[in-house]
Amino acid sequence: MKSVTSATPGKPRLTTSAMIASIAAEGQKTKPAPFGHALVELARSRPEVVGLTADLGKYTDLHIFAKEFPDRYYQMGMAEQLLYGAASGMAGEGFMPFATTYAVFASRRAYDFIHQTIAEEDRNVKIVCALPGLTSGYGPSHQAAEDLALFRAMPNMTVIDPCDAHEIEQIVPAIAAHHGPVYMRLLRGQVPLVLDEYNYQFRLGKASLIRNGRDVLIISSGIMTMRALEAAKELAGDSVDVAVLHVPTIKPLDHEAILREARKPGRLVVVAENHTIIGGLGEAVAALLMRSDVHPVFRQIALPDEFLAAGALPTLHDRYGISTAEVARQIKGWLR
Amino acid sequence: MSTSSLVNAPSLSQRARNIRRNALRMGEVQGQGYIAQALDISDVLAVAYFHAMRYRPEEPTWEDRDRFLLSNGHYAIALYAALIEAGIIPEVELETYGFDESRLPMSGMASYTPGMEMSGGSLGLGLSIAVGMGLGLKRKGSKSRVFTLFSDGELDEGSKWEAMMSAAHHKLDNLIAIIDVNNQQADGPSKQMMGFEPLVDKLEAFGWFVRRVDGNDLDAVVVAFDATISHPEPQPRIIVADTVMGKGVPFLEHREKNHFIRVEAHEWKLALAELDAGDRS
Repeated sequence: MKSVTSATPGKPRLTTSAMIASIAAEGQKTKPAPFGHALVELARSRPEVVGLTADLGKYTDLHIFAKEFPDRYYQMGMAEQLLYGAASGMAGEGFMPFATTYAVFASRRAYDFIHQTIAEEDRNVKIVCALPGLTSGYGPSHQAAEDLALFRAMPNMTVIDPCDAHEIEQIVPAIAAHHGPVYMRLLRGQVPLVLDEYNYQFRLGKASLIRNGRDVLIISSGIMTMRALEAAKELAGDSVDVAVLHVPTIKPLDHEAILREARKPGRLVVVAENHTIIGGLGEAVAALLMRSDVHPVFRQIALPDEFLAAGALPTLHDRYGISTAEVARQIKGWLR
Repeated sequence: MSTSSLVNAPSLSQRARNIRRNALRMGEVQGQGYIAQALDISDVLAVAYFHAMRYRPEEPTWEDRDRFLLSNGHYAIALYAALIEAGIIPEVELETYGFDESRLPMSGMASYTPGMEMSGGSLGLGLSIAVGMGLGLKRKGSKSRVFTLFSDGELDEGSKWEAMMSAAHHKLDNLIAIIDVNNQQADGPSKQMMGFEPLVDKLEAFGWFVRRVDGNDLDAVVVAFDATISHPEPQPRIIVADTVMGKGVPFLEHREKNHFIRVEAHEWKLALAELDAGDRS
């Protein structure tokens, strides 16, 4: 039985986020459905783009594409194996399917179909999946804590973990320009807007130093880059100078940028990811550093190797150490 | 039928005999192979490649070809035998079957072999790909059709039924599936593994046009292909082919049935001889 933590006195009781809920914090700057709008934009100039989903069009922002291009939208029913097998067949006929579902269903239920019909045949299918890592309060059925590990292990697969709406808009045309299978984690609905303030430009396979700092290097992907930037501001108040290297492409990994930053002396290196501690960005970076004889003080912020609890996301992010406050607290502890 | 076929082309029974012969020769080269399945499906492949399908041997990726998806990848030896007979793979490559660097691996993969349109073997994949190809061909306005072969054992896989529902839902009249009912799976007779009868009723209830046929009766197989191809309704179509493992080589037909039939080293020549003798009688 899971232990139930009683609500902190004085704090409002948080409800579990509903199906359509956003990852954005209250009052945060957001943009609606960046993937859906970017795909519509792409599809105007690329007639081979088609959209497929398995009964989750509305919940992966694909409904925006469906409304604009109804004859290029394929509802495959709640059948994820069929979804990805059919996407492979469409790609075989020269189309570029963007095939959406939740990350749990693509990574766990349809894995062999993606492995054999898409990755092995190097088909030009873009697998775009909502609710990556811990972005749902519904419990393990909807929490894809291991999606990056699974897709990293698959040959031919490009794996991308975007941070915000600004980046998702740039990723859509970038993965269309790349021929081959791509797994992209999707943030849907009202998506936080963060990187626009940093003059950021996504480049496939490239990491990007968003912020420089002398004391700590955070290497992060996805929403953890947002958390790292917030934590860096908080830590600056304690005179801790934090650099943030954003690594949206988990595979292929930007070895050069990671090694260049990790080699700079005197910094604590922390990898932060919205993913189980097994097999994700943290272990990928650790292995790269070991193989390259680079040995900084190294720590990981990641989800524990356990079935995660159901509940409200802010509570869960605190409990599992991936909220801004928890990121800052852990780093301060390691610096003592 | 190949667009380059000649007036005095070999008969379908000669084609089927040659496909069996090619398969036996590959089995001999490797000393093993899914030969009993290859022998049972040779008649169906002869009709597919020399009566029903449009393709160009010299241009395996010709845009207007009919697609053929081999879902049961372990039947690769049978499809290679047909592709050799069709002139898509040179006959000399038969000697390389299953060896390192060969284009003819023991389980079929699209990236290895001309004319092999999917990587099968993980059973249950083919019909889902066929649905996507069928949708894609319709979207392009193509008249090409998608043929896909799978085994009765694959009916155990839930994904097959997802694809069955989907093909009917999308009215894929350009999709022609073939089930090889040889009643043999890895662990024993298919009907004992997970019963699938009454198959025709089931498939019709799923919205498919169905023809069930003795898959080793060439004339009947031709009639079944013609009926499924010319069927006017907007629905997917399927041929249920009941076959006999080892067909054409009596001592293999009568051998105790197994998923992977054992053939002793000296028996390959005997099998070829029996095949030829059967053809003369």
